[in-house]
Amino acid sequence: MVELQNVSKRFGEVQALDDVSLAIDTGEVVAMLGPNGAGKTTSISIMLGTRRPTSGTARLFGLDPRDLRARARIGVMLQESGVPGMLKVAEIVSLFASYYPQPLRTQEAISLAGLEEKSGSLVKDLSGGQRQRLYLALAVCGNPDVLFLDEPTVGMDVEGRRKFLQEVGEFAAKGRTVVLTTHYLEEADQLAKRVIVVDRGHVIADSTPAAIKARVAGKRIAFTPAQPLTAADLDGLPLLSSQVDDGHVRLLTNQPEDVLRELFRRGVEMGSLEVAGADLEEAFLAMTHHEEAR
Amino acid sequence: MSAALAQMRTAPVLPMLRKQAWAEFIKLFRVPAFSTTSIVLPAMFYAFIGLGQAKTPLAPGSHVTFGEYFLASMALYGVANVMVLGFGISLANERGQKQDLLMQSTPLPAYVFFVAKALSALVIALMAVVVLSVLAAAAGGVDLTATQWATLAYRAMLCSVPFIGLGFALGYLAGPNSAPAVTNLIYLPTAFASGLFFPLHLLPQFLQNIAPYLPLYRGAQLVWDSVGAPIEGGSLTTDWLYMAGFTVAFFALALWAYRRDQGRKFN
Repeated sequence: MVELQNVSKRFGEVQALDDVSLAIDTGEVVAMLGPNGAGKTTSISIMLGTRRPTSGTARLFGLDPRDLRARARIGVMLQESGVPGMLKVAEIVSLFASYYPQPLRTQEAISLAGLEEKSGSLVKDLSGGQRQRLYLALAVCGNPDVLFLDEPTVGMDVEGRRKFLQEVGEFAAKGRTVVLTTHYLEEADQLAKRVIVVDRGHVIADSTPAAIKARVAGKRIAFTPAQPLTAADLDGLPLLSSQVDDGHVRLLTNQPEDVLRELFRRGVEMGSLEVAGADLEEAFLAMTHHEEAR
Repeated sequence: MSAALAQMRTAPVLPMLRKQAWAEFIKLFRVPAFSTTSIVLPAMFYAFIGLGQAKTPLAPGSHVTFGEYFLASMALYGVANVMVLGFGISLANERGQKQDLLMQSTPLPAYVFFVAKALSALVIALMAVVVLSVLAAAAGGVDLTATQWATLAYRAMLCSVPFIGLGFALGYLAGPNSAPAVTNLIYLPTAFASGLFFPLHLLPQFLQNIAPYLPLYRGAQLVWDSVGAPIEGGSLTTDWLYMAGFTVAFFALALWAYRRDQGRKFN
């Protein structure tokens, strides 16, 4: 359905993608994860045909992605794209719907994106989060088989993000294909059954969220120390990473027992201690950090 | 396979064009800075410059009044103004806001987008001509036959066509911030140099020398002739040929500018 074959992309000196091959099937919900500049947006642009690969081929429904028949079956939310501010929400959704052969009804697309109350407002008067919802309405109004979402929840608050993901989830539940890029790991975990990790133009992992977590065997130790930690407290411990903010400490390690024993020996007093398997975010950080070290 | 192929279709073009043209129209119309300058400005110039001497014969003994002559000048100024500014500045702005990024990934054919923009600009240009004509007839004592009114209107509208190409080219060549300045810098002086505000013989000699190569000069001959005013010389056929040539040249420039922009952004 969506296919990249040995795709490489150079922008001048920068190798944005290096020999990437992947195929996405009908009904899959796929998250592309990676740090900024990893090549996520470039991958999506090539899948959509808004950028051409330097070498390799991209196919959408077996067609060139620039073929309007292929575009008629996709919906797209892009980072930083603009829309005319002087149109009303209902006007622009109905306009975009007219581009597609079997569109949703305008009101349906608007309510799917949770924008009913704003349907008579000018686009320029929408808040950042509402604007993202408008982009979702524009992406689904053509009743697409595949939905591409490039960093869709940037600029949304926690509640807005939760609702947004729920709406995308409802759409995916109808058997549609969803491809989203994100660097919010919980988004991938919540929505996707398949996660493709991209780092510096390479696919470094392609599997289920659980399998990616399993790649980092480590445990997370989290606690709130009674006294602020000093550098000496953590010195020499077998840690994969450590994070101290607002008096809260998060440590990632393969030897949680040794770390805890040593911390107790050093007399660190801990409140709300928690030891758990690393979540996707930590797995991801460890993986891309690992790449960095090489 | 046939079921899969049957799904491979695009939406019908005509409803798309109708909706797109309407959207382009309200987009322009709802920006007061644009709708007032394009629709009201030619009439305002007419009021300031033309009304005071509207009923004076153009030359001693002439049956054409200055009001009629200046109506033709401002009609041409107005329609070309809509094309160059409306098209040019709005395209440059839309590019600046990256509206083209999203449009590019929809199945809207690029030609539908441009035809829709041209149609909406033509409607606004026609509105400018109507407002101006009502003022000229009501306050300027302009008295034309029905044929003259019709000839003036269609010639002015036809003369706006090359400026669609020019506006389109400027929209892709100028940055969003510089577009208003660049378009005005190009458009206003050429309007003066073509004799739209002051008769050519009052202008410096070098401007008189280059004027015949300016599109507004050629257009001016055609609209002046439509109200019975004398033209600067040459034949109307030559003027039409020049306008056709400008149309081809400006559209070629526009296409080149468009492709250059697309190549930069989408390669």
